[in-house]
Amino acid sequence: MITRSLSLATLLLVALFPVASPAAQQHLADSQTGKLAQPDKQAINTSKPKVFEATLKNGMKVLVKQDKRAPVAVIQVWYKIGTSYEHEGITGLSHALEHMMFKGTKKHKSGEFEKLVSAIGARNNAFTSQDYTAYYEVLANDKLDTVMEIEADRMRNLVFDPEEFKKEIEVVKEERRWRTDDKPASLTREQFNAVAFLNSPYRSPVIGWMVDLEGMKVKDAFDWYKKWYTPNNATLVVVGDVDPQQVFAMAKKYFGVYKRNELPEIKARTEVKQLGPRHLTVKLPAKLANLRMGFKTPGMISAKQGKVEKWEPYALEVLANILDGGDSARFAKNLVRGKEIAASASAGYYGYGRLPNMLVITGVPAKGVETKTLQKALLDEVEKLKTELVDEKELARVKAQVVAGEVYERDSIQHVATLLGSLESVGLGHQLMDEYVPEIMAVTAEQVRKVAKKYLLEDQLTVAELIPQAMDKKTNKAGDAH
Amino acid sequence: MLTNALKCRTIKFLLLLTLLLSSRILYAAPKIEHWKTADGLPVYYVHVPELPMFDLRLTFAAGSAYDGDKPGVSSLTTGMLDKGAAGKNADQIAESFESAGAQFSTDSARDMATISLRSLTLQEQMDKSLNTWLEVIGKPDFPQMDFARLKKQALIGLQAQKQDPGSVAQKAFYKNLYGDHPYASPPSGTEQSINAMTVDDLKNFYKQFFVVNNAQLAIVGDLKRHDAENIATQISKALKSHAGGIGKKAADIPPVKPLTEARTVHIPFQSAQAHVMIGQPGDKRGDKDYFTLYLGNHTLGGSGFTSRLMKEIRVKRGLSYSVYSYFIPMRELGPFLLGLQTKVSQTDQAIKVARKELEKFQKEGPSEEEIKASKLNITGGFPLRTASNDDIIGYIAMIGFYGLPLDYLDTFTKTINSITREQIIDAYQRRLHPDKMLTVIVGGESGDNQSGENKTAAQNESKKEKAKQ
Repeated sequence: MITRSLSLATLLLVALFPVASPAAQQHLADSQTGKLAQPDKQAINTSKPKVFEATLKNGMKVLVKQDKRAPVAVIQVWYKIGTSYEHEGITGLSHALEHMMFKGTKKHKSGEFEKLVSAIGARNNAFTSQDYTAYYEVLANDKLDTVMEIEADRMRNLVFDPEEFKKEIEVVKEERRWRTDDKPASLTREQFNAVAFLNSPYRSPVIGWMVDLEGMKVKDAFDWYKKWYTPNNATLVVVGDVDPQQVFAMAKKYFGVYKRNELPEIKARTEVKQLGPRHLTVKLPAKLANLRMGFKTPGMISAKQGKVEKWEPYALEVLANILDGGDSARFAKNLVRGKEIAASASAGYYGYGRLPNMLVITGVPAKGVETKTLQKALLDEVEKLKTELVDEKELARVKAQVVAGEVYERDSIQHVATLLGSLESVGLGHQLMDEYVPEIMAVTAEQVRKVAKKYLLEDQLTVAELIPQAMDKKTNKAGDAH
Repeated sequence: MLTNALKCRTIKFLLLLTLLLSSRILYAAPKIEHWKTADGLPVYYVHVPELPMFDLRLTFAAGSAYDGDKPGVSSLTTGMLDKGAAGKNADQIAESFESAGAQFSTDSARDMATISLRSLTLQEQMDKSLNTWLEVIGKPDFPQMDFARLKKQALIGLQAQKQDPGSVAQKAFYKNLYGDHPYASPPSGTEQSINAMTVDDLKNFYKQFFVVNNAQLAIVGDLKRHDAENIATQISKALKSHAGGIGKKAADIPPVKPLTEARTVHIPFQSAQAHVMIGQPGDKRGDKDYFTLYLGNHTLGGSGFTSRLMKEIRVKRGLSYSVYSYFIPMRELGPFLLGLQTKVSQTDQAIKVARKELEKFQKEGPSEEEIKASKLNITGGFPLRTASNDDIIGYIAMIGFYGLPLDYLDTFTKTINSITREQIIDAYQRRLHPDKMLTVIVGGESGDNQSGENKTAAQNESKKEKAKQ
């Protein structure tokens, strides 16, 4: 997930879907032992926070959730478009288009948009991922009308000035240099994805390959915009101290004027079956080694499509948190402390996209430890999950964190809005937020072992190893396409 | 139709401005309650009952500025707290927090060291997390084995910084800006200092600085005043028990000396981009010019896409993804910093444009129109500053640590609105000195950045500097 500029969103979205994940408040009540510190809070805790939902005649979906703690609101417009819709040769186009979305419309000249948004005290930005592109403003709740008008305007009326594009694509290249080319671990991740996936579009970087950015034309961006930026491909999310009916009326007024547009056919591009382990090495000027391993796994979407059991993705989520769900999880306890093999180690289940992805394990070896030793230790932890049932105490810890995480995440209206919008945009539906806690609570030790045995297979594994090279010599940086 | 729409929008815009002026008065900042425990620990508390959770944050004048001749000691000390306490080992402590769904964290910046807790207010979870937290702050054990490991991890952290041009630039910036002042000392230490550190150094540091007389406590969340008072008393006791008393306030950080001449430090680095940082000592918390400088900088480089630097460097020329300027107010003069990153071959051009904007702004200040726009943005966005518990605790911890007035947030918009263009110009002319700034460039090969046709004064200085070295 990358954003138009450095901001709060970057921080927010890094935290999207770790253990602190979506849920419904009622389950907090379920987990209570009846010993509330302040019993008068019970009413709040047990009332399910409702998502108000409407669909405009042109197919645009509107989701509203109330939070009356402060007179503020966040508005997000989500488009179902991202790198996973691109083909090779045009990688990074969705993200480049996101940059162009700030360049003015027929009505608002370039730069005017920023002034308008600034004058009402709003913070705004945008972000692009593999599956979606979203634009947002955080603002005082009485200014919603202004930004709604602007967001609706740039959905269909964007102006593509070739001169503006020429400069903006240079900004995107600078972003690539900053984000990827000068960061050894990021470059490793980029090459890892391209090897792990042969035909799934998840093989391409969101920022795009440098050679594709070099060849990108203003017409590419314009065509992409015309194809995908339509009301029936968008979701409006508003969270904050707002009246849902008023939001619906406003949405109808501004977005309701557009006609539905036929969307291009989306090809399946299902990843071909992996037929054995894959290894790659990345040699870069760097100081630290880095290891990245991924097992192909089904996603939440696979369960929704009936391809796997409903509990399987949730068991994978729990499994990832058994390995790395905090300082008491196995990687921290056994490998960072314990054997002192890893300086750091992490595990994450990428299960919330519109296509299946991987369970990814990364690590930096401790001082004086070989990368191979770290690799073996991490994989030994994976093997253990297949043979031994996880401890009930470990399971209880993961579940306690999920329950607490659900409360903590409600502290940020941006986070809540982002969860709603992303779930809706990848086709999982915002209702997953309500299912999440009960489904996690229902996961058993046996189910964790089952998914470990079924999916964490050597033949489904890709391993990337960053081998640091001396930093003082002249070496071609991978990012420079010249 | 287009004309109609335009007219319509303009009218709407004016209406909104009116609304904005009225709504600003309606929104009250969170009510901060303040008291001291019997032992004298100052407490800052905001009651937010909507979510069943609370945050605690202890702040100490114990950041890296107090490291003395042991750079990194503050960071290692706070990093060791949850590695052993009251006879529990790191596994048990982590288990205690996490099985209650609580989040424990520490931080060591330059002025401030912090110890924080986020927890649910459900009785069982709250008791467990709070008791563990009290043990961690009151009875830390600093186990030798964990310390040895933490040192190794700290050294790996330093290696990670070395492969990142942004980190290299930041380190060089502070080092060269502050010279022999404590702010020059890197919070993460140096290889030499980390290697030489002992457990006793940490124990002594903790005992000296993490004491009641050198601490402030911030509390936010679903806790009634009575509960907050009880918690504060327990924390106060825990601090007293480990130090054997209420201890002493840390000695003042010495004043920062101004830079006397322009200087450029160029560090060759094998990277696609050069990282550029230009700056000088800026302002302090509680500084009489603080709001004036803050408001002015909004126009220069503080407001993102409406700032002059962003327009000139990014929008007009496509030179950098990120470009900014800001003041980092600290106990003593924190940095004023202008930063950007650009393809190595464009370094000279980007610096030239940035310096031109900086010099122009320092002389002429913002226009009336720009000030008006900045005021609208800052005051209109005021409710966003305290919209979450996380935001609120950040503010009250800062207010408490720096001893700012309790009505800081209440008077914020009024203060901003009262500032005039003349005051901004006056403050910038007095406080910023573009002819005496430090420029740090990380990237390119040695000598790469001396090829520009119109060398700025700073770059000429750079040659002199190199000749001297």
